[in-house]
Amino acid sequence: MKMTSKTLVGALLATTLIASPLYAAGTHPSTGEALADNQSFTYRLLDEHSSVDPQIVEDTSGADIVRDLFEGLYNQDADGNLVPGVALSHTTNDAKDVYTFSLRDNAKWSNGDAVTAGDFVYGWRRLLDPATASPYAWFGELMSIEGASAVLAGEADPSTLGVTAVDDHTLEVKLTASLPYFALMTTHGSTFPTHQATVEAHGDQWTKPENIVSNGAYVLTEHVPSERSVRVRNSMYWDNDNTILETITSLVINDENVALTRYLAGELDKTDVPAGQYPKLNAEYPDQAHSNPRLCNYYYTFNMSGNGNPAFDDVRVREALSLAVDRSVITDAVLQGGQFQAYTFTPGLTAGFVTPDVPSASMTQAERDAKAMELMAEAGYGADNPLKFDMLYNTSEGHKKIAIAMSQMWKQKLGAEAVLANQEWKTFLETRGNQDFELARGAWCGDYNEASTFLDLLDSGSGYNDGKFNSARVDELLTMAKTSSDTQPLYTEIEQIIATEIPVIPVYHYTRVMMLQEDVKGWPFENIEQNVYSKDLYVVAE
Amino acid sequence: MLNYVIRRLLVAVPTLLILIIICFYLMQTAPGGPFTSERPLPPQVLANIEAKYGLDQPHYKQLYNYVVGIVTQFDFGPSYQYKDRSVNDIISQGFPVTLTYGFISFVVATIVGVSLGVIAAIRHNTALDYIAVGATFSAQALPNFVMAPILIYVFTLKLGLLPGGGWNGGQWQYLVMPVIALSTSFFASVARITRSSMLEVLNSNFIRTARAKGLPETTIIWRHALKPTLMPVVSYLGPAFVGMITGSVVIDIYFSTGGIGRFYVNSALNRDYAVMLGLTILYGGLTVLFNLLTDLLYAWLDPKIRY
Repeated sequence: MKMTSKTLVGALLATTLIASPLYAAGTHPSTGEALADNQSFTYRLLDEHSSVDPQIVEDTSGADIVRDLFEGLYNQDADGNLVPGVALSHTTNDAKDVYTFSLRDNAKWSNGDAVTAGDFVYGWRRLLDPATASPYAWFGELMSIEGASAVLAGEADPSTLGVTAVDDHTLEVKLTASLPYFALMTTHGSTFPTHQATVEAHGDQWTKPENIVSNGAYVLTEHVPSERSVRVRNSMYWDNDNTILETITSLVINDENVALTRYLAGELDKTDVPAGQYPKLNAEYPDQAHSNPRLCNYYYTFNMSGNGNPAFDDVRVREALSLAVDRSVITDAVLQGGQFQAYTFTPGLTAGFVTPDVPSASMTQAERDAKAMELMAEAGYGADNPLKFDMLYNTSEGHKKIAIAMSQMWKQKLGAEAVLANQEWKTFLETRGNQDFELARGAWCGDYNEASTFLDLLDSGSGYNDGKFNSARVDELLTMAKTSSDTQPLYTEIEQIIATEIPVIPVYHYTRVMMLQEDVKGWPFENIEQNVYSKDLYVVAE
Repeated sequence: MLNYVIRRLLVAVPTLLILIIICFYLMQTAPGGPFTSERPLPPQVLANIEAKYGLDQPHYKQLYNYVVGIVTQFDFGPSYQYKDRSVNDIISQGFPVTLTYGFISFVVATIVGVSLGVIAAIRHNTALDYIAVGATFSAQALPNFVMAPILIYVFTLKLGLLPGGGWNGGQWQYLVMPVIALSTSFFASVARITRSSMLEVLNSNFIRTARAKGLPETTIIWRHALKPTLMPVVSYLGPAFVGMITGSVVIDIYFSTGGIGRFYVNSALNRDYAVMLGLTILYGGLTVLFNLLTDLLYAWLDPKIRY
């Protein structure tokens, strides 16, 4: 049949209408709320993201975009529970070291190709292939995939990795150890599939809007580096019918106060709240200012490698310094964004983790101060012999305020003199990584919602253990936790060791403090990992 | 004249080369590298990535390859931070943005500054002079990082007249605030230099002669006083122009223009060697070029100067 251009346009329009029901000016399919005509969402990014390549991206702003453009085996719902993504379900063997995922048969790439198990195999091999040089390759190793370490070390070919496409819709993963939380890790961007033909055709340039092929709810249509990036609905996405938001725009606005002004002027739907401004904004805009727990910790680490300050070899000194930090001043007077005072390393809201009782948590600050003074006196420090040490943090107004507050507390209560030093990020990492410090700032955001994502940092073999804390018992407990079905007693013991040995001073656990326009609904406030899937957001009519 | 231009351009080659060498070695001595991250990369991955970008080779060889790449293919290398972009991509995207708002700011600053300076000088010690001097001092005292948030507060939040930032292909609404913020302190300097230079010229003998001949005041100002007045202004405007078109990190940060100034600062922080070198060469080249143009302008303004 010969098609005239008119009938072609008509046909195209008709398919578009069938393919994407017009929710605009309609109602939400499950809640029945009236939807706004304009289903667009604009938010602020602090800085340009490093990449939108799932296996390359390493910053959270890039990871948020990747979560919209690509879809992995599982997604999370508003509470952070697993819901099917490309995988419908999975089974494991009794030993829990072989996971078999059944993939849906209607998942498609944005160019119409079917998403198959082979695409995951390709993505995972790519993650671990040293040639990719992924900064997140360690995540594949952490997932305990068979052969991961050898592939990453360049000793084995990526094809030897324990990931197999049994058929187009069945993915089998062999692990070196039983990993009860393995499925949770598949929501991480580095495990998302990539389209082999596209990557091979365009090399490093494959993530440009004109080249990219993706399988998520959105496709990248525009990217002006350091200015904006735009993604619109992917008509090929299997759940496009239930996707409501049409366009998502991220604007790079470096200055958080300017971003707030632009938010208040209505240019943005979401922005971050500058430190200290939450109480005022919450009073003025109670329905727009939000503070929700975030899976991150903020701490200072002692250098225990032997290169540090000899005074810190004495556990009494470490404990005294930790006790003398009045966390409530930092959370309530400095940050003022509902952050949580921290006495354990792992945030209390981490899934499957109950904050253990550590003595310092139940003391009053007066009791802590008294004990701290006592310990310092016992260790031989006082007015005639004051403790003096260096305190290092990476350059930032926020970190500076906290460091000043902490050093003042030590000065007033213990007569200890902390000499503050700040370095820009890369220099700081180099200094800290070379154990060229005495006390240094650290912070970590969980890569998955399980306590080991934090506690692994204190493993003596961890590349991130910059304080070089070395406890055979902690290492042993962490190894046991990898395969245990009841991890709580193990994690409790680790936290108790941390509370006794004090290799780190936990200061606070994060919240995400943000402004969100009232008409934007579906935000996963209860998801502690703050993994937002734009396909679940929608704008209601005013 | 032509000989002079050719000679100056030839001297620019070793100048730029020395600039590249100094910049390259300064970068190498900075702690950390492009792939330093919180969790150190496994050795094999690091080796691979360094081999990919040629960072495993001795410094002199890296430098040589870099310069050869520029000369033979006009290739300024890849960005290590933004994997899907080359330095050429970054310059071709960011430089036109910066050039646009920088050039307009330059024109605005020059016109406003020279006019204000001339008016203040010819109405010396009158209310007009005091207003002009007051305005320039206030403008100079208000740095652009203070000015920018105030402008956004007033024009975007309070009046709702202009978008608070972005570029959008350079539509005029997006240009107004960056241009005001960038040109303010420049026009103040131009006005002050113009004013004092004009005052000096107006007191010189040839102007007195012109007045004695009975020439009308407008002719004296336009025909005789303006050209020599502009001599010190031009020597200021040359470098100022380069400063403006090579971007202002403050403007880029506050107005989210996507201009090149922000990339320059970021490249240093990220140890994105090639981007940093590429932008340094661009800045260096433009500085050399505009210094030359300034010198040529001198010859036109002052008949005593011949090359």
